[in-house]
Amino acid sequence: MTFELSDRVQAVPPSGIRRFFEIAEERDEVISLGVGEPDFATPWAARDAAIASLEQGKTSYTANRGKRELRESIADYVADRFDLGYDPDEEIIVTTGASEAVDLAFRAFVDPGDTVAVAQPCYISYEPGVTFAGGEVLPVPTTEEDDFRLTVEGLERAGAADADMLVICYPNNPTGAIMPAEDLEPIAEFAREHDLTVLSDEIYAELTYDGEHTSIASFEGMRERTIVFNGFSKAYAMTGLRLGYALGPADAIGAMNKIHQYTMLSAPTTPQYAALEALDTCDNDVREMVEEYDRRRQFVLSRFREIGMDVFEAKGAFYCFPEVPDGFTAEEFAEEVLREQGVAVVPGDVFGDVGEGHLRVSYATGLGDLRQALNRIEAFVEEHA
Amino acid sequence: MSEREVLELLRENARYSTADIARMTDLEESEVEATIEELEAAGVVRGYQAVVDWDKLEDERVRAEVELNVTLDRETGYDDIAERLARFPQVKALRLISGDYDFDMEVEGDSIREVSQFISEKVAPVPEITQTVTHYVMTSYKENGIELGDGEDDDRLSYSP
Repeated sequence: MTFELSDRVQAVPPSGIRRFFEIAEERDEVISLGVGEPDFATPWAARDAAIASLEQGKTSYTANRGKRELRESIADYVADRFDLGYDPDEEIIVTTGASEAVDLAFRAFVDPGDTVAVAQPCYISYEPGVTFAGGEVLPVPTTEEDDFRLTVEGLERAGAADADMLVICYPNNPTGAIMPAEDLEPIAEFAREHDLTVLSDEIYAELTYDGEHTSIASFEGMRERTIVFNGFSKAYAMTGLRLGYALGPADAIGAMNKIHQYTMLSAPTTPQYAALEALDTCDNDVREMVEEYDRRRQFVLSRFREIGMDVFEAKGAFYCFPEVPDGFTAEEFAEEVLREQGVAVVPGDVFGDVGEGHLRVSYATGLGDLRQALNRIEAFVEEHA
Repeated sequence: MSEREVLELLRENARYSTADIARMTDLEESEVEATIEELEAAGVVRGYQAVVDWDKLEDERVRAEVELNVTLDRETGYDDIAERLARFPQVKALRLISGDYDFDMEVEGDSIREVSQFISEKVAPVPEITQTVTHYVMTSYKENGIELGDGEDDDRLSYSP
């Protein structure tokens, strides 16, 4: 027999990166700039705390919403860093990666037929998440002219005034764009005016290179309509430990917890100990990683300009988003540079149609490899462009 | 503070080209060159050396950490003793330290006999030196901030979202 797949699953196309995996597998000496996770290991203190918790046999479930102590630490952290006030008992839920939190939010707040405006290019999970929940995605393109920042004009042009929900992710994956407070303010106003729920994925909030991150939830009248996602993967290099969290008003977090308690029960226990330690003692590790990313960022941006590929000044996350030279689509360039030069980059259209013509280049890779990869890209461009 | 940044990068890898340092720091290449020249002229940067993993080479290299205790008198201070010892080419590093002994001295030679002879014939006879304790290095795991193991492979997926 064959399984009858649900319409929801069939509505989502297979991942666009899959094919590239196979090419990369066949080829030796691939340098990957296609990686969406830090190249650092989790800070030792956090790993050590996880090990200690295992030695003490702390391997049972935690509270559905996560260890209370961890929720308190998260509350203190977001208050201190982003000026956000959330009650650890009612307004914070610890999840299995920020990804779970995003999925919970779509399932908790989207009804079939609801319209979810999504600022693009963006992380690849939002669109399938909305589709699984039965909603309709309304892409809101952002452009290089605006440094890939979301604008009110962009929202209006896309028809987002009539949407039910708006999803944003800044610092942005894949562009590396940030939204400074003065650019965020009119977006907040738009959301209030048109009564939009806002999902704000702030997983890269610690990784900014030109001023501190501002959360949209910190603007007046926004807290009650916003869910903020964050986690430990990027800032503390804990991707494989799968730990994130969501912040929001009590009734909203309660609804997300209803799904979470039946599907996940609780986020994994060991990483919660690592996360507690990370928040408590690992500020310096984060600072050092940010310093290192910043150097690489400037190196990569300079090299692309020297090569003659246009690239906007990415100021967050660990990505930049150069334009492919004339005569290539993003996919063609990414495939050929992989086959000929062994450099893995992700075609920009994977992150939404508006990403066409660009490449996502990750600099979460050591400088030696970055230098070599950029030399190879330079050789490729000299030969073909 | 460009001087600090340039220094930090040189300490990370003294063979970074001035062009690469300029790219990483957003300085002009000429500014980087000038900064390095200033650091050298001011004696802040004293030299550049390779970090070698001797275990990877055929020929043996013998290294020892030597604890030295000294007595001082009216005419002789730590600096005088240090100056005398530092002149020997076998001495690779010499530091006055706190704790149970006075100087921490790193010595290098081609054989145990050569190093031992150097300690017994050149160092121990110095009148102010009252005691030497020699520790031969058996294995080195990290030198100048660089781990000498085989390193770990990057086990991340080549593409991830």
